[in-house]
Amino acid sequence: MDFTYTQDQKSFRDAVRAAFMVEATPDVVREGWEHASGVAPALEALIAEQGLTALSVPEVFGGLGLSDTDWALLTQEFGYYAVPDALLTTSYPAACLIRELPDAANRQQAWLPALSEGRLSVAVGHPLSPLVGDADSADLLLLWHEDEVHAVWRADVDITPVASVDPSRRLCRVSWNPSSASRVADAGAGRELWQRLADRMALAIAGEQLGLTQRVLDLAIDYTAQRKQFGKPIGSFQAVKHLLADVAVKGEFAKPVFNRAAYALEHGHPNAGAYVSHARLACGDAAWLAARNGIQVHGAIGYTWECDLQIFMKRIWALESAWGDAAYHKARVADWVLADGAAGPGVTFA
Amino acid sequence: MDLNYTPAQQAFRAQVRAWMRENVPGELPDYDTWEGFEAHRAWERKLGDSGWGMVTWPEALGGRGCDLIEWLIFEEEYYAAGAPLRLNQNGIFLLGPTLMEFGTDAQKARFLPRMARCDDMWAQAWSEPGAGSDMAAIRTTAYRDGNHYVINGQKTWSTRARWADWIFGLFRTEQGSQRHHGLSYLLVPLDLPGITVRPIRQLNGLAGFAEIFFDEVRVPVDNRLGDEGEGWAVAMATAGFERGLMLRSPARYQATARRLAALYHAHPDAARRDPALRDRVAAALAATEAYALSTYRTVSQLQAGGRIGPEASTSKIFWSELDLALHEAALAILGKEAELDTPEARRWMEGFMFAQAGPIYAGSNEIQRNIIAERMLGLPR
Repeated sequence: MDFTYTQDQKSFRDAVRAAFMVEATPDVVREGWEHASGVAPALEALIAEQGLTALSVPEVFGGLGLSDTDWALLTQEFGYYAVPDALLTTSYPAACLIRELPDAANRQQAWLPALSEGRLSVAVGHPLSPLVGDADSADLLLLWHEDEVHAVWRADVDITPVASVDPSRRLCRVSWNPSSASRVADAGAGRELWQRLADRMALAIAGEQLGLTQRVLDLAIDYTAQRKQFGKPIGSFQAVKHLLADVAVKGEFAKPVFNRAAYALEHGHPNAGAYVSHARLACGDAAWLAARNGIQVHGAIGYTWECDLQIFMKRIWALESAWGDAAYHKARVADWVLADGAAGPGVTFA
Repeated sequence: MDLNYTPAQQAFRAQVRAWMRENVPGELPDYDTWEGFEAHRAWERKLGDSGWGMVTWPEALGGRGCDLIEWLIFEEEYYAAGAPLRLNQNGIFLLGPTLMEFGTDAQKARFLPRMARCDDMWAQAWSEPGAGSDMAAIRTTAYRDGNHYVINGQKTWSTRARWADWIFGLFRTEQGSQRHHGLSYLLVPLDLPGITVRPIRQLNGLAGFAEIFFDEVRVPVDNRLGDEGEGWAVAMATAGFERGLMLRSPARYQATARRLAALYHAHPDAARRDPALRDRVAAALAATEAYALSTYRTVSQLQAGGRIGPEASTSKIFWSELDLALHEAALAILGKEAELDTPEARRWMEGFMFAQAGPIYAGSNEIQRNIIAERMLGLPR
């Protein structure tokens, strides 16, 4: 029984963090808003340089073959630096979906080495998130059709962008015609593949939400420590302290829920889906409160375009209902905790 | 990360379960009555005689040499079996770990085995009439006279002091010292001349705590835990165990959660009439799981060489609010029956009343938020 991450996992996280700190500054995120893809080109290159695109790709295809607990610390860094989702989706949930495709050695051979090297970007469309993120910049789209998995190239679909409150996000309506040629997994195999994909997307978002919570907290701490009113830093006032302490409490208690979900997904635990939903609710609540209390302690400056807080708040608001809204995740949690024998001492790791 | 029990841990669980099945008594009278106190003390003695008094202590000191994961397993099986609340909880969960960290070998040998059997029943003595949330405002003095301290003053809100044999607390040993300087952590038998214990009735009508008056009470210097004048640091360690880990193991709330789930299923009409109820119950049950996960995480970090820091304060806020949420959800299900003296409603109402105390004792939640803001987040004082 051990909830801690390995030294390797922490070292890799530290390396990614060091790179993002320098290369994924708020200015770089804002620069991405001016690009069609929503991502500054330098940032796109950085993801491959850091080896992130190789992380989920099996070793036989030139990757590292790692999984959900290895990503768990990294998705938090994506959130902390508000790195656009496009870069995460390809490297993690989409790469996992491709590697799990049954009887698809040829396609895996064609796609995974390219994905690993940062030469193939992938978008994913599923009824839980009917607007496909980054479809307009992806090379390949993996799309749901009646539980089947279809793979189509961008040139073969019609794409209509739909603006999001978060200028880094590129959501698209995608029109396309499924065919037997585009089908890469039938409904029998697809059902499970899609469930894992959706859980992985939700888990990745939960990690981002944890990172976003910490970022907003850090911005709020910095601001309230230097902003003075009544002759003192406003961070010395209890009313301000308690708003931020409440965020810290929610964040602390979301972390182990998130860790457990990552572990369960990686090991195929039968309750993994419910655990992921629990993580989404816990991490989402923490992030939502961070945004609310974060802008409150910033005062009027937090309500400006200039203030970097907006980058993180808008990501929090946008992610709240992505890949499963509250109704979806609450229903999965309720079905789990209200089932016979699910509540009580000793059930946690049964 | 490895979220599985080892075969040895599973075997330990089976061992605890078997013993509890054989030995757990039926429901005992409330431990804040004489009858209940005696019944609970007899149960504690049985636990202690069988090595279950405090499993994390070494065998030589009345324990079983278990690690903290095994302690969590023990707690789970203890509450799953419906065993009584721990009469000596402030001793075994708060003073015990503090003694393990700061006590001399002689002190450990003197106090821990007796504590494990509840031969000595312990109460806390921190608060004073003028020192509640502001604990550093303690005024009760203990001046040095040769090999003794001589105590004068008053302590209050001392839980179960009416039944206790000993208290542990902070006393001002350096004359004229201010705030958290000049305090010492003393262990005081309550049968010494000059001590008066006056019970105070709690919200439920029972005398669950007491005030204690000291008039020239002579305590041997050997009863000091840690160095003279360094009591604050020792007390903070106790507070860390209280807030962060031992006092409120998740199993206690999981037992309440199990009862809440059963109550919810037994009242389908309540959920039909209030569609928000299902969400509320599910949220409380999920939060209970979050607390369990968090405790395992804390224990993992301790086993990897970490220490309990200011994040213990997040834990205290979480468990106290969780206890309220569980009981409030139950009262909402019971509806009009909640106020009545029926066996089911009474138990929930008593738990609900006790839950009111959670955000107040062990350092009020407002104080915890200050600690989080200043020591965890680094906001200015």
